[in-house]
Amino acid sequence: MHAQQISVFLENKAGRLAEVTNVLSQSGVNIRALSLADTSDFGILRLIVNNNDAAVDALKNAGFTVRKTQVAAVEVPDRPGGLHELLEYLNGRGINVEYMYAFVTPTKNNALMIFRFDDTDAAVSALLEKGFAVIDGETLYTM
Amino acid sequence: MIFNMEFETLPREALEAIQLRRLKEVVGRVYATVPFYRKAFDEAGVKPADIKSLADITKLPFTTKKDLRDNYPFGMFAVPMENVVRIHASSGTTGQPTVVGYTRRDVDTWAELMARSLAAGGATPDDIIHNAYGYGLFTGGLGVHYGAEKLGASVIPISGGNTKRQIIIMRDFKPSILTCTPSYALHLAEAAEEMGVDFENLLFKSGIFGAEPWSENMRLEIERKLYLSALDIYGISEVIGPGVAMECLEAKNGLHIFEDHFIPEIINPETGEILPPGSTGELVFTSLTKEAFPIIRYRTRDITSLSYEPCICGRTMARMKRVQGRTDDMLIIRGVNVFPSQIEAVLMDMDQVEPHYQLVVEREGTLDTLTVLVEVGEKAFSDEIRDLQNLEREISHNIKETLAVSAKVKLVEPKTIARSEGKAVRVVDKRKL
Repeated sequence: MHAQQISVFLENKAGRLAEVTNVLSQSGVNIRALSLADTSDFGILRLIVNNNDAAVDALKNAGFTVRKTQVAAVEVPDRPGGLHELLEYLNGRGINVEYMYAFVTPTKNNALMIFRFDDTDAAVSALLEKGFAVIDGETLYTM
Repeated sequence: MIFNMEFETLPREALEAIQLRRLKEVVGRVYATVPFYRKAFDEAGVKPADIKSLADITKLPFTTKKDLRDNYPFGMFAVPMENVVRIHASSGTTGQPTVVGYTRRDVDTWAELMARSLAAGGATPDDIIHNAYGYGLFTGGLGVHYGAEKLGASVIPISGGNTKRQIIIMRDFKPSILTCTPSYALHLAEAAEEMGVDFENLLFKSGIFGAEPWSENMRLEIERKLYLSALDIYGISEVIGPGVAMECLEAKNGLHIFEDHFIPEIINPETGEILPPGSTGELVFTSLTKEAFPIIRYRTRDITSLSYEPCICGRTMARMKRVQGRTDDMLIIRGVNVFPSQIEAVLMDMDQVEPHYQLVVEREGTLDTLTVLVEVGEKAFSDEIRDLQNLEREISHNIKETLAVSAKVKLVEPKTIARSEGKAVRVVDKRKL
């Protein structure tokens, strides 16, 4: 029930983000979701794409430092307090969220969020136990 | 293997007798044929006849890079052009190039010294030498080439550049000795990996690397990535080119200076005072046998020390330590002397980082700031900002511990630091003094 995310190291300088999107579009990779974390000097671009291998190969060939990271895609009830319940629950189980970001889907009544946990396995089984829907990678990449 | 058993293992006494005879000869000759030396000796109040012992060399004035530039292009030549068969020149990246000439006998002497060097690095007539030093005005390519032929080895004159082709030649011709700059050796390792060629499956046994400063840690990294024994060679065109000094495969501990052709000295770069054996200072060379471009007490600006301890390889020649920096690379940052090689050593000591770095010095107000750019490779890259910031802090901390200077560390994308086929740009000094 895990999903793969691609992380790319970027220097904070003009045109770098566009270079990533250029490389991905050239190789026919579709970006499903993304988040950018940055400091004054550098940033980390995190991507969910429809084809991980093609994306990693293309980015590496273009000279980027890239790695795959394990994340979980979780459905969060789309109502006030929905995210809070989930976080509160995980907190109670001693599971930490390193970071998270939203996945834009035009479907249903749930929001879909990407989570990076300190312990992905423990987090996923805890969520499933409580009845949260965790979307597996294959489904996610083609949503 | 020792190429010239007779000369390379001379007892010191016999060696010094040869040196003195040759020193008297060269001093007399430059005084008679090079107006620059005649004037310099006259100003220093020294005549060739004053050289009665090796210690008298200190009576002679130093020669500097500036002197060579002032006599550009051929003013320092000691023979008429009809006797010169070869001309080389420095790249001139730091100003006007310096031009050197060789007679037929000089070319032969140089080939002998390079043959000695290659043999000290494990080369035999059976070996194939992949020579990736640039051929041209730069002395590296042709220096190795003539030495390889003198030794009787097979030389592939691939020169620098066209890295993909180099890898294909290596894969197909299976050379056993690699000669290039140490930074290019690492560049070759990266390129081979990208092309799916594994150095473990090639037949290299040793690599002879020079023409830029490198470190013990870089040696380990090259040996690990290229599956060969990495050895240091020294030479500058003003003295003769590569083959002035070479490490032996047996000890890998200092470079044997071919003292039957050169006299080395170590001086305090500030005062010019001679330092005793073992002290670190600026290396000075006098050539003893060169005809077209003899050089007297040339200040190399390279920082090292000399050892006269016997070596396990049997050579009796003095050894110089690996060059630790250059007097003109030396950065003075808030009063602290910093050599790029020291920063490199810090980085190489850390497993996560690659030794691809650049120092940027700026002046904010009256204060110097040092920024160290370090490339983030796959080993160092974490998905989390916190880890990367910790890495920056750790590098900065290690630099402070080792060099006693504060540096801001900035992680940059791979291959963004200029890594030419020849020499890497390690220092960018933006201070306007």
